[in-house]
Amino acid sequence: MKTLDVILADHPFFKGLNAQQLKFLAGCSSNVRFEPEAFLYREEDEANNFFVLREGKVAVESYSPKRGAIIIQTLSKGDVLGWSWLFPPYHAHFSARAMELTRAISLDGKCLRKKCEEDHDLGYELMKRFSAVMIQRLQATRLQLLDLYDQSA
Amino acid sequence: MTARRFVIDVEELQHLFDLLRKQGYSLIGPSVREGAIVYDDIATVADLPVGWTDEQNGGSYRIKKTNDDRVFGYTVAPQSWKRFLFHPTTRLWRANRSAKNMQAVGEENQAEKQAFIGARSCEIHAIAIQDKVFLKGEYSDSQYKIRREGAFILAVNCSTAGNNCFCASMGTGPKATSGYDIALTEVLENGTHFFVVDVGSELGSSVIGSITDRTATETESKAADRVCEAVEMRKTLDTDGIKELLLRNYENPRWTEVAGRCLTCGNCTLACPTCFCNSVYDATDLTGKYAERWRKWDSCFTTEFSYIHGGSIRTSTMSRYRQWMTHKIGTWIDQFGVSGCVGCGRCITWCPVGIDLTEEARAIRESEKIITQSGGVQVENA
Amino acid sequence: MKPQRILPRLYRVQQSRLETYDTWTLESEPVDGDGVFSFAPGQFNMVYGFGVGEVPISISGDPAKPERLIHTVRSVGAVTKALCSLKKGEEFYVRGPYGTHWPVENAVGHDVVIVTGGVGLPPLRPAVYHILSNREKYKRIVLLYGARTPQDMVFTSELKRWRARFDVDVETTVDAAKPGWHGNVGVVTTLIPRANFDAQNTKVFICGPEIMTRFTILELQKRGVTTENIFVSMERNMKCGIGHCGHCQLGSVFVCKDGPVFRYDKVQPFMSKREI
Repeated sequence: MKTLDVILADHPFFKGLNAQQLKFLAGCSSNVRFEPEAFLYREEDEANNFFVLREGKVAVESYSPKRGAIIIQTLSKGDVLGWSWLFPPYHAHFSARAMELTRAISLDGKCLRKKCEEDHDLGYELMKRFSAVMIQRLQATRLQLLDLYDQSA
Repeated sequence: MTARRFVIDVEELQHLFDLLRKQGYSLIGPSVREGAIVYDDIATVADLPVGWTDEQNGGSYRIKKTNDDRVFGYTVAPQSWKRFLFHPTTRLWRANRSAKNMQAVGEENQAEKQAFIGARSCEIHAIAIQDKVFLKGEYSDSQYKIRREGAFILAVNCSTAGNNCFCASMGTGPKATSGYDIALTEVLENGTHFFVVDVGSELGSSVIGSITDRTATETESKAADRVCEAVEMRKTLDTDGIKELLLRNYENPRWTEVAGRCLTCGNCTLACPTCFCNSVYDATDLTGKYAERWRKWDSCFTTEFSYIHGGSIRTSTMSRYRQWMTHKIGTWIDQFGVSGCVGCGRCITWCPVGIDLTEEARAIRESEKIITQSGGVQVENA
Repeated sequence: MKPQRILPRLYRVQQSRLETYDTWTLESEPVDGDGVFSFAPGQFNMVYGFGVGEVPISISGDPAKPERLIHTVRSVGAVTKALCSLKKGEEFYVRGPYGTHWPVENAVGHDVVIVTGGVGLPPLRPAVYHILSNREKYKRIVLLYGARTPQDMVFTSELKRWRARFDVDVETTVDAAKPGWHGNVGVVTTLIPRANFDAQNTKVFICGPEIMTRFTILELQKRGVTTENIFVSMERNMKCGIGHCGHCQLGSVFVCKDGPVFRYDKVQPFMSKREI
């Protein structure tokens, strides 16, 4: 059974961090598992965690009374999930539901925020990685807006 | 030139016409009609625009009486011979429909013998270009083929260049060197009036052989050569690397500038002897049981030309003018191995606002030089 | 050099199947019994709706089963609407096949990645049939299919069958879905980074709207696929299908006869320019 810092080191998101930083992050993490249909978090919940997916599939969804729930994105092994913990008001904007058995590392946002204020080097490393993920997601979202398949009636 | 040259006079020209008609050709040639010299049905030399010439400029066409009896003293008619080989409208097939089935009937293409009287070198090159489009691809057009095979080409060498002519730049004139059955060079000097005849085919040889046996003398032959050599071009188009020039200038601001003048009326495409774009349309009767499929000329200047579900690709005037010009003198070369422009200048004459594609090409070429001279963006050489 | 076949061939509808709310698949057979309809995957026909007009429609059937001529048509205009309303026993006219085809022969010995969206799948289906019938000749096969919603997907039962095979990777994705959808949500380009293929030894066939094609190629290039190994199917206004009417020009090429399938580097100069 691998220790958390080894698991984190293996994950593409944390590549390039040094051993000390990884050990520190491991201190803020725990191994979690979600049964199918379980929610990792719900819209409007306090957002305290971000997740690094190791296995499984997660649906990012939004609910409206008239339309029901709409899945706007699916994420799987290797993806990271959740960034509402970075900035106030620290509330989740969407829900995240496990579509199948999902294993992930959950990192405590409060703990990380505090440490990033103290250790700016670590803060910068994490910010770089999050920015990259956000840009990718933004591009993908823009493409979804463009109606790539030319199918709007 | 070692081939035998003949000489005929005006009276023998009439005999030539009579002979062609006897052989079943309908004669199509220049004639003065409603203030223009147009290609239409003719029978006699008197039908020709004897003593007339034309004055063409950007967006302007007039005919003028001269004070001689030159038979072929004009330059190019408003439309070319294109309309006689590639009809503006033509039926492709008809179909009947009953409750559950349909039956289509094709057109029977009858042989048509047409003699083009007075074809210019640029026009002959244009016919050769349309041959490439309609006969030399993977599929050939049967209607064009049958009309082309039945065409007799009586060429006439130009004695003067029109103001809009630039055939020399395009390598298509002014002298006709091939692609004709017979070529005439009209000589009008020192009180004499004759035509030196060059033969370009077996058919031409047999036709002229039935009219005369008189070989042109060296004096007469030299007089004809002088006529051709005296032609002075007033416009030029620098064709050096023109395709690459246009392909790398898709975003040149000149296109927007010309779009401010262009009306997208499509006159240029109608007058141009090589433009071949066409469209098809269906016509049914009121019962819906009978349909005809027709083909007609089309123009890339229309907004529907590039329509696919959802919208047209070329909506702006700029994009449509750019498409026409880039295709005509640029990408045509990739498609057919030769330029699509023969330098006849019709597009300039018949443009209501006188847009001159030689000027547009020049402006684009110059705009590249200006950028380099000012020390700005380095231009990559073609 | 063939004479222009202006006179089309008559076909009779044997079956009309609704694929999505605006797309039908028509299966037909020749009325004149004049043999089979041979075609290569990726080619199209000019299909005639009586009294309405002709449109280019890709052939979406199996090239190894030429007894049936299959077209998948989306109702977007007058002609396609007329075609989509044809019932069993009714007739229509066909000219073709025209155009270039997916290079299934050149792809032998390589991985083949097929990326498509919406109604881009029908023109690729013949290639998929061919490849699966000759499976041992190819290495990894990956099919990435995107649509706006699950209701916009065509050939859903076949996609399930293909996915059930162990020798094909099929990934589908939609832009938005209701819970109950177990596939991916996100644009089809997001499936490329994770797809299982060797970028140095793969041929990619792409069919879909130009935006999708452009972004797909960007993702492929990030993985190291070069443009000589990418093939796209283009679409333009067509009136004749044989290079005589001039409508389908894209820069120097005629989409009807130099395409519709192009090696990407051939059309790359024109793809990024507006209103070409």
